[in-house]
Amino acid sequence: MIGQVESGMVATSAAIPFGHFKDVRQSFTRGSNTLVAIENISFDLKQGSLVTLLGPSGCGKTTFLKIVGGLISATSGTVQISGRDVTEPHPDFGVVFQQANLMPWRTVISNVLFPMEILGRRDAAAVTRASELLAIVGLSGFDEAYPSQLSGGMQQRVALCRALIHKPKLLLMDEPFGALDELTRMEMQDLLLDIRAKTAATVMFVTHSISEAIYISDTVVVFSKRPATIADYIDVDLPYPRSAEIRYAAGFTELEHRAGRALGIAR
Amino acid sequence: MIPHDWKSAIYPLVGIAAIVVIWQLYVSMFGINRIVLPGPFDIWDASVKNWSLLLTETWPTFVESILGFLLAVAIGIPVAVCVANSRVLNLTLYPILIATQSVPKVAIAPIILVWFGLGLKSKLVIAFLVAFFPIVVDTATGMRATPPGLVELARALRASPFQIFTKVQFPAALPFIFAGAKVAVTLAVIGAVIGEFVGSLNGLGNLLLTANSQLDSPLAWAALVWLSLLGILLFAAVVVVERLAMPWSESGH
Repeated sequence: MIGQVESGMVATSAAIPFGHFKDVRQSFTRGSNTLVAIENISFDLKQGSLVTLLGPSGCGKTTFLKIVGGLISATSGTVQISGRDVTEPHPDFGVVFQQANLMPWRTVISNVLFPMEILGRRDAAAVTRASELLAIVGLSGFDEAYPSQLSGGMQQRVALCRALIHKPKLLLMDEPFGALDELTRMEMQDLLLDIRAKTAATVMFVTHSISEAIYISDTVVVFSKRPATIADYIDVDLPYPRSAEIRYAAGFTELEHRAGRALGIAR
Repeated sequence: MIPHDWKSAIYPLVGIAAIVVIWQLYVSMFGINRIVLPGPFDIWDASVKNWSLLLTETWPTFVESILGFLLAVAIGIPVAVCVANSRVLNLTLYPILIATQSVPKVAIAPIILVWFGLGLKSKLVIAFLVAFFPIVVDTATGMRATPPGLVELARALRASPFQIFTKVQFPAALPFIFAGAKVAVTLAVIGAVIGEFVGSLNGLGNLLLTANSQLDSPLAWAALVWLSLLGILLFAAVVVVERLAMPWSESGH
């Protein structure tokens, strides 16, 4: 099976959550002005869960995601993954950005293998796994194509494979489907759920689409406008596997309404 | 640009043929003195009659240009990498680079000749000096234009600065480097000819001057045509290397 969670870094005791965030605050100082991006962000991340950070554009949810990924450090607060403070990027994380960020000079399979190259683990097994991942996302036969020959949705699928190639324990996704058209986007959401079922990876997903958040998540963390705090914490009790039908269910609409209220766009 | 297939090669060839025909008609109809302006037939004649002389004189010019160009690549790219990655070096070197670039190369050619003599070395140095600047500027621009997302991706995997350079920055800068190299290679030929004009023992520039002084205009023009052919040849060589080095490039399809 693809992406078995390896032991070691995984929290073994139920007392230690996979991810633990307490009073996270991030502010930027420009001259004498202090701009608070996020504050009072506290919640726990369950092993194997899919958590969405939902909020208006520019509210700081991407900032929070980058803090969790170790790409930037928080001004104050506790950020722990598997009981360890996050101080720098960790190879156990996989990231997907809004832009596919593929290297135009590399073929599809070579792009997918990029993390393995950096980690010094590009071997025959890695190549096999890359092909398997490409097959899962429906890109068999495109191994030797260049990114410029692919559509936006296909490029984002390649980026997803690249994020999964080194079996990350935590997948960080920053509006990964934001640049795609609606239909491709819905396809990609199903693909993500499919992959997640197969890999059991823990996912933190940033979006500003209410329906996307509800459709894919176990939990939706709603961020308020800047300075962002947690406006609501919604447990999505809709059963998996989910399909397009569920978007029209009463429970779905109710959750959308609740998220809308938390965002201040519905009453 | 160099055409990719025979069909698109027809257009520039038809254009050149049209110019040659009009030129020849003009010279024949108005009975222009061939010392003032030789017609294409005269130039062709002179080319055929003196082909071994032209070939012999092309060789030194070719060597001067290509060595000057290669030296500019070998020194220019590392300098650009340093300038693009270090604020201190950028602030120190860039103004000096621009200052040296603003000195007309024709004006310093006599000095270069005094330093390096009448032979190959002085031409090589002048060719290097004119080819150096576009390579440094374009490479440095390319280094700075690395998509930040790619660097962030590498950083998220804790890539070393060296890995980021070899696997991200440098390949991302290749299109810029080749853009600079294409300009530089044609400039290198000009640099070599400037050197030959100021003082030389051989080369196409030397032949052109000699033929001109003997009022042998067809031969002088023939030397000029061979010079352009040399420039086109070198340009095409860079394009071929570019296509080999960047098979993913859109312009290659």
